[in-house]
Amino acid sequence: MTERTVQPHEDWSRPPAATTGAIGWMRKNLFSTWLNSAMTLGALYVLLTTIPGLIQWAFIDAIWGDNPPEVCKNVPGACWSFIYEKYRFILFGVYPWEEHWRPLLAMIIFLTLIFGSCIKPLWALGKWIIAIWVVGLTMVGILMWGGILGMEYVDQSQWGGLPLTLFLATFGAVLSFPLAILLALGRRSNMPAIKAICVAYIELIRGVPLISILFMASVMFPLFLPTGVSIDKLLRAVVGLILFSAAYGAEIVRGGLQAIPRGQYEAADAMGLTYWQKMGKVILPQALRITIPPMVNGFIGGFKDTSLVLIIGLFDLLYTTRLAFQDVNWRPYFVEGYVFCALIYFCFCFFMSRYSQWLERDLVKGQNY
Amino acid sequence: MAASDHTAAQPDHDYVVELRHVHKWYGEFHVLKDINLQVGHGERVVVCGPSGSGKSTMIRCINRLEEHQRGNIFVEGNELTNDLRQVDAIRKEVGMVFQHFNLFPHMTVLENLILGPTWVRKIPRKDAIDTAMMYLERVKIPEQANKFPGQLSGGQQQRVAIARSLCMKPKIMLFDEPTSALDPEMIKEVLDVMIELAEEGMTMICVTHEMGFARTVGDTMVFMDQGEIVEMSPPSEFFANPKNERTKLFLSQILSH
Ligand SMILES: Nc1ncnc2c1ncn2[C@@H]1O[C@H](COP(=O)(O)OP(=O)(O)OP(=O)(O)O)[C@@H](O)[C@H]1O
Ligand SMILES: [Mg+2]
Repeated sequence: MTERTVQPHEDWSRPPAATTGAIGWMRKNLFSTWLNSAMTLGALYVLLTTIPGLIQWAFIDAIWGDNPPEVCKNVPGACWSFIYEKYRFILFGVYPWEEHWRPLLAMIIFLTLIFGSCIKPLWALGKWIIAIWVVGLTMVGILMWGGILGMEYVDQSQWGGLPLTLFLATFGAVLSFPLAILLALGRRSNMPAIKAICVAYIELIRGVPLISILFMASVMFPLFLPTGVSIDKLLRAVVGLILFSAAYGAEIVRGGLQAIPRGQYEAADAMGLTYWQKMGKVILPQALRITIPPMVNGFIGGFKDTSLVLIIGLFDLLYTTRLAFQDVNWRPYFVEGYVFCALIYFCFCFFMSRYSQWLERDLVKGQNY
Repeated sequence: MAASDHTAAQPDHDYVVELRHVHKWYGEFHVLKDINLQVGHGERVVVCGPSGSGKSTMIRCINRLEEHQRGNIFVEGNELTNDLRQVDAIRKEVGMVFQHFNLFPHMTVLENLILGPTWVRKIPRKDAIDTAMMYLERVKIPEQANKFPGQLSGGQQQRVAIARSLCMKPKIMLFDEPTSALDPEMIKEVLDVMIELAEEGMTMICVTHEMGFARTVGDTMVFMDQGEIVEMSPPSEFFANPKNERTKLFLSQILSH
């Protein structure tokens, strides 16, 4: 820049163009240093070599609409007809075909409950939210099981696909959360017996893979029950998932608890708050706030981990997808099946990730620590 | 000394706080050595001494943020023991102000102030808010009621912390170096609040190195060194002719700058 004297009429109301706008942004973020420029160009190269091929496969050369498998033979692009043919099976598994509106409606109600609970202005409803959930879940239960109101009874063993995955993931995450908090508090307890139990539980569960816990829940757990009593497979899977995620959640919460300065505990103690008041009003609200990112990370992992329930014979979304291309006619189109399934998983996980980022920002608004 | 461990000790009702032959160890380290201290109604005790001498430990024993291992501590005629209900009862009556304020950052100033009254004293929320606003007026920051602590200056935060303790209507206030984390220009606003409190007759135990404050409001000076109370006397005598060599050395250091 050459030196020049400032003219009184010069426009100071906005920064110079070279530092703002698209060019300014690129200069600052993409080409700020040699290394940065090199990485930008490298990334550009990778995108240019992969994206066109992908678009070619997925859109330009693809077969769309209701076509028999023969049409897709020797076509270089994707065969979306496979999805067209099988999406109902992928989404709802072996649930009776004519009754598919029921899991669809149940899923819509369920997702409305979940998304509704995420909307901040609706939190003002307070305790009503719980009542709404109870009503909503009852409706979901009636729709899924049926047996009344002229709806045919459908056993849980026939549930599958996306509703099953959503139920497992949601109940696994939501119900493991209080257990995780209790375990974390127990682990930091002054009482040796409680502490020992919590440590043993957490370390034991973390030391074994989820598959083995699900397997134990399905095969070994019934052995301990008195004969005649049987707990449903779906329920056992949910319990297995809860027990598993609680151990991981407990460690996340413990990290949050450790991050709270000792002075906070002391101020609460000095005030005469009881242990539960101190935790409930002072410590946990702060600790849980810090744990939102790792918690959501855990929920996203847990959401995908639900696919492991196939080993105990539950038809979750991934399993119904795989069953869909077991059909001899459609066997070559497994890639399309996996892409479809992945997109569904991605939508939910991406939502969770964005929501947690928003929540995090919203919670610290106004209280610059 | 040993005898007092076995016979049930009786409090002396002339005192609000009484420490009798109190000892405490951190592992092998003897932090408090045979501490004896009596604080009467409305008395203002100022505790000073070099860093690490056990001042904080001593006053933190009074509301059981630390446990003593030998001797007796009585507060308001009740002995501090392992009985948790007793501890909770005593903590209701003892307010504490910390060096680093320890306000709850996720609550507004007003919420900080009404937490104890509503949950511990079970006062209706509306009354608690009235009391809280009254004390915020007293510490001269009623306009900050709906801000979060992180938005206030250090001096304002410490005044909120004092108001928070006062909202519990304590009989005794403990101060652990309330001004030593503050910038010089904020020290005065906090000391003014403390002086006002002292003039109203609050029983106070203050750990502080603010010797001007000690002279103004102190009834008794306590000098601690290496876990012992080395000297205890009224401020006039304490500053004019300290008896102990260690006190003299300490005073010469602290008053020289
Ligand atoms: N939790 C602890 N474990 C072990 N030692 C401790 C602990 N807390 C304090 N101490 C030690 O006990 C001694 C007295 O500490 P204390 O905090 O009471 O000193 P103090 O007089 O308040 O000092 P300062 O003026 O620096 O605040 C110090 O030597 C300190 O290192
Ligand atoms: Mg100290």
